[in-house]
Amino acid sequence: MSTATISPAALEMPRDTYLNASYGVKSWFLTKDHKRIAIMYLVSITSFFLYGGLMAIMMRLELLTPQPDLFQSDVYNKLFSMHGITMVFFFLVPSIPAVLGNFVLPMMIGARDLAFPKVNLASWYIFMIGACFTFSAYISGGVDTGWTFYTPLSTGYLNTHVVAAALGVMIAGFASIFTGLNFIVTTHRMRAPGMTWFRLPLFVWSMYAVSVVQVLATPVLAITLILVAVERAFHIGIFNPALGGDPVLFQHMFWFYSHPAVYIMILPGFGVISEIIPCFSRKRIFGYSAVAFSSMAIGVFGFLVWAHHMFVAGISTYSALVFSLLTFIIAIPSAIKVFNWTATMYKGSIHFDTPMLYALGFIGLFTIGGLTGLFLAAIGVDMHVTATYFVVAHFHYVMVGGMLLAYLAGLHFWWPKITGKMYPEAAAKLAALITFIGFNLTFFPQFVLGYMGMPRRYHSYPPEYQVLNVLSSAGASVLAVGLLMPMFYMLWSLKYGEVAGKNPYRATGLEWTTDSPPPAHNFHETPVVTQEAYDYESLLQEEVEVG
Amino acid sequence: MAPRVDALFYFILGVTIFFTTLVFLLILVFSIRYRKERHPVPVQIHGSIPLEIFWTIVPLGIAMIIFAWGGILFFQEMHPPKTSMDIYGVGKQWMWKFQHPGGQREIDNLHVPVGRPVRMTLISQDVIHDFFVPAFRAQYDVLPGRYTTVWFEATKPGVYHLFCNQYCGTNHSAMVGEVYAMSPDDYEAWLRGSGAFGSLATLGQNVFASMGCPTCHTGADNARAPNLYNLYNTTVRTSENQTVTADASYIRESILNPSAKIVYGYQNIMPTFQGQLNEDEMIELIEYIKSLTYNGQLLQLQTNTQQEPPVNLNKIQQGIDVMKPGTNTIVMPRTSAVPVTENAQEPSSKEPAPRQVVTPSNGSAAAPAKPSTTSKPKAPQGEQQQ
Amino acid sequence: MASDTTTLAAPHHHPESLHEQFDTLEQQKDVAQFGMWIFLVTEIMFFGGLFGAYLIYRNLYYPAFVAGSNSISIVLGTINTAVLICSSLTMAMAVHSAAIGARKLLIFFLTATLLLGLVFLGIKGVEYHDKWVEHHVPGANFHFVDPERPGEAPVPADVASQTSIYFSLYFLMTGMHALHMCIGVGILLALIWKAYRGAFPPHHYTMIENFGLYWHFVDIIWIFLFPLLYLISRTPQMH
Repeated sequence: MSTATISPAALEMPRDTYLNASYGVKSWFLTKDHKRIAIMYLVSITSFFLYGGLMAIMMRLELLTPQPDLFQSDVYNKLFSMHGITMVFFFLVPSIPAVLGNFVLPMMIGARDLAFPKVNLASWYIFMIGACFTFSAYISGGVDTGWTFYTPLSTGYLNTHVVAAALGVMIAGFASIFTGLNFIVTTHRMRAPGMTWFRLPLFVWSMYAVSVVQVLATPVLAITLILVAVERAFHIGIFNPALGGDPVLFQHMFWFYSHPAVYIMILPGFGVISEIIPCFSRKRIFGYSAVAFSSMAIGVFGFLVWAHHMFVAGISTYSALVFSLLTFIIAIPSAIKVFNWTATMYKGSIHFDTPMLYALGFIGLFTIGGLTGLFLAAIGVDMHVTATYFVVAHFHYVMVGGMLLAYLAGLHFWWPKITGKMYPEAAAKLAALITFIGFNLTFFPQFVLGYMGMPRRYHSYPPEYQVLNVLSSAGASVLAVGLLMPMFYMLWSLKYGEVAGKNPYRATGLEWTTDSPPPAHNFHETPVVTQEAYDYESLLQEEVEVG
Repeated sequence: MAPRVDALFYFILGVTIFFTTLVFLLILVFSIRYRKERHPVPVQIHGSIPLEIFWTIVPLGIAMIIFAWGGILFFQEMHPPKTSMDIYGVGKQWMWKFQHPGGQREIDNLHVPVGRPVRMTLISQDVIHDFFVPAFRAQYDVLPGRYTTVWFEATKPGVYHLFCNQYCGTNHSAMVGEVYAMSPDDYEAWLRGSGAFGSLATLGQNVFASMGCPTCHTGADNARAPNLYNLYNTTVRTSENQTVTADASYIRESILNPSAKIVYGYQNIMPTFQGQLNEDEMIELIEYIKSLTYNGQLLQLQTNTQQEPPVNLNKIQQGIDVMKPGTNTIVMPRTSAVPVTENAQEPSSKEPAPRQVVTPSNGSAAAPAKPSTTSKPKAPQGEQQQ
Repeated sequence: MASDTTTLAAPHHHPESLHEQFDTLEQQKDVAQFGMWIFLVTEIMFFGGLFGAYLIYRNLYYPAFVAGSNSISIVLGTINTAVLICSSLTMAMAVHSAAIGARKLLIFFLTATLLLGLVFLGIKGVEYHDKWVEHHVPGANFHFVDPERPGEAPVPADVASQTSIYFSLYFLMTGMHALHMCIGVGILLALIWKAYRGAFPPHHYTMIENFGLYWHFVDIIWIFLFPLLYLISRTPQMH
């Protein structure tokens, strides 16, 4: 059955779960269970997130005043470089796929595990090895390339440990490839009986789109970073104009990955939101296939717009126009999704649990983030605002307001499934509210700053920008509180949280039909699917019959 | 440009506000009307194809309008008016060096006349920089090894920020300067008051001589190398039967990588000057070649009176189509295009005291009387000096 | 792509070689091959970046690519191509042997593949060494002197300096290919050991099959590298 039945009787933790199937350090570090690997990812990326967040806080502190006061220029440069590298490659890219995707995707399709459990474990080790490389560069003096590693600055002019950082990112990239490969094969070949493509939850669709992008784009980043490392180590001239190389070619190769990577970072968020909105509206998703196909369309078009990061980088006028056009086209599937989510709420019966609050925040902030992309896609305006704080605000609205909120939404949503315990609802709602306010306070002023011309990556700035910078820094402190709170109450809930039961939200989806936390092989018996996804109609009917 | 950029900016802003409000309002209304207390039984709706089509087509239409508008604006931004004056800029870690055609040089400051389009020809000596004057809505990357251009027209006298907007290493945020927009009269006065060693074209002539260029580029009919007179901005036919416009980039490439494009009818015999010319000298050479015209008039403000028109009358040369018909008829008296002057060593001593490291405070200190106007970036920050 | 339902509700007793997450051996095998193909797609994208760079620079610096291409040994390149094609044949034979359960033949063909792979790497090493001696390895030591070619003008200095781009790409592309060969050789050693231990019964040789795919893929990369680097920019010797 794809629907759950509620058991009103007193809830108790299930006896055999993946958590108590075996004990000891070895049982974790050599596990092949996708759920345990997801937990390992969760712990790793949370610590990386804290590190990246610390860098951000130090930057915002420095930017309180126009003059440099806390840090030297090169220290500040290292701060934003390490913030960017950590957050993009070691938090955002793995966040939803490697944690939530790893945990729930096999369950959603009714599989006992991913297709390649060993590869899954290997991906975590590869990820950590990559992190070791990059963090060794951080520890031994830091990196100041910016997260984009632009040549020839990175290859010929900086004295920091660029090679280690770049190789670390490259290695972590392979972790992402392995995750994507695993998801693609799993989605194709491991679905439970009756689970057709159009009965797949939309989260699976979006993970599938993400995986395709990961598998196709990440290798290009790998070879690009290898080129950077080799060029730096052996003084060859692929990107060095002095030796006949073309520094702009690096940008093409880098963005060929890194633009699709933007969708690696946001598509999983779309998936999470598509689960949460129907659940808390007690209603089918509006336009299932529109949402599913728009994910795939974004995945495909995402490969065709990379040069919109380079409108002022010396590409030809006509190619700039083509990339601008494609960029406008890729805005459409995102718009479709926003409208479908909103329409899903129409005539629903809306519950405002924490995941729903985060999801609503996501829709709002992602709408702003997406629409401000129009300014940057319109080349004529981009010539003014590109590389200013407008861009910083834009992608933080998408990456933090979008992806991070979606990640938190998903984490709260599946937390009972992962741990068997409910998070404390009041604290969680408060955290969601603080995060939303703090986020807007931090990043909205940056739109204005960008329009006024404040360049990004500036350690000191003209005094007329100070007021807005102070606002932004103040917002950052609020945001920090909002983001730290879940870490505390989530840990608290492990011990003191209420027992959640199989399906605390009365959601559809196979993952809710099994115990929370699930047994080692997810299901006591292989589920058979007979209904479409989000069939809240039958679910509600059953509830009426039972109740 | 600023009003035109702002017009589109505000249009998109309107679109943004409209859709943001729409989505927020819908969420708010649905949240209130359909909250579980008030609407306990949901109505199951599968979707609606007409609606899907509607909210695909409408955003697409709006997006296309913005695209077309932005594209047209972009073309205007990329094509400087014919009347533009040229100023050259060289970016290096972490300073801006500007050269006016008259030979005036400045560091981190840029003086421009009001009411006249200025075309900046920019190049970097090291990493990628970005020339950004927010008040003029003008921005373009400054690449090593390649010229890029950006143009703007100051409308109000004042002092404006100049930023490097591409992260370029340690003192990136100190690679800032001031643009002084001045009335044409003030600008003339400033030009006269800033001691120049001679126009870029004259300096370029010295470089030309000291590098031994006149040995081959004699301008004679039977010369081993193409004639450079009236070359600038004309169309050149290459030995591979392609055509290329003889702009600054082409001249630069031909000096550094002579084999890249051989003029039709000539041998590939020119040595490369890679590593022998710095970017300043390259700019001077280009200005010099630009100044070589048959009617004896230099294109730029400063005239070079020593210049005499060369020979090579009837056929200017194979491969170069002279765009202006009629120039061919001018009678040229001498055989050597360029007299090898005796002050050939001069170029080495001409560079102004270079390579001062700009401290972070330097930028703001250099701007006198700059009241902090936080609200409007395009407003001049003070009626300006000089 | 796939049929609606790919698995059947399966009984819970598992054959020994069947992993927990699968229902049937067929599914397990199918999944392994599917995964391998996707892995090869990522490999194509990996090399694709290099091929892209090659195309751009060849367009930009055609004369330098001609000069560089003329300076590498077409004889050794051709021999290596032949060696690799032979190794693909032996690999295919190895897969066939595994399919029919001929253990000794399997070991023989795997070893033959291994030896041919080593021969390829050896010849590649000779080529690299020649380039090193000629100062054609980009970096501080790089100095391109055009070999004397009677009847032709020497390569101009600016073109000579641009050959460093050609050689950078040459070493990167063949180097990445050689790296894949080395990994292949390593896996081959392991496979031979496993085959010797009898780990591949007739219906359980997916690993051999997948490795075969990998080996053929590496060959195909070479089949593209060889003409791009050795042949198409080359000008025939004048007499």
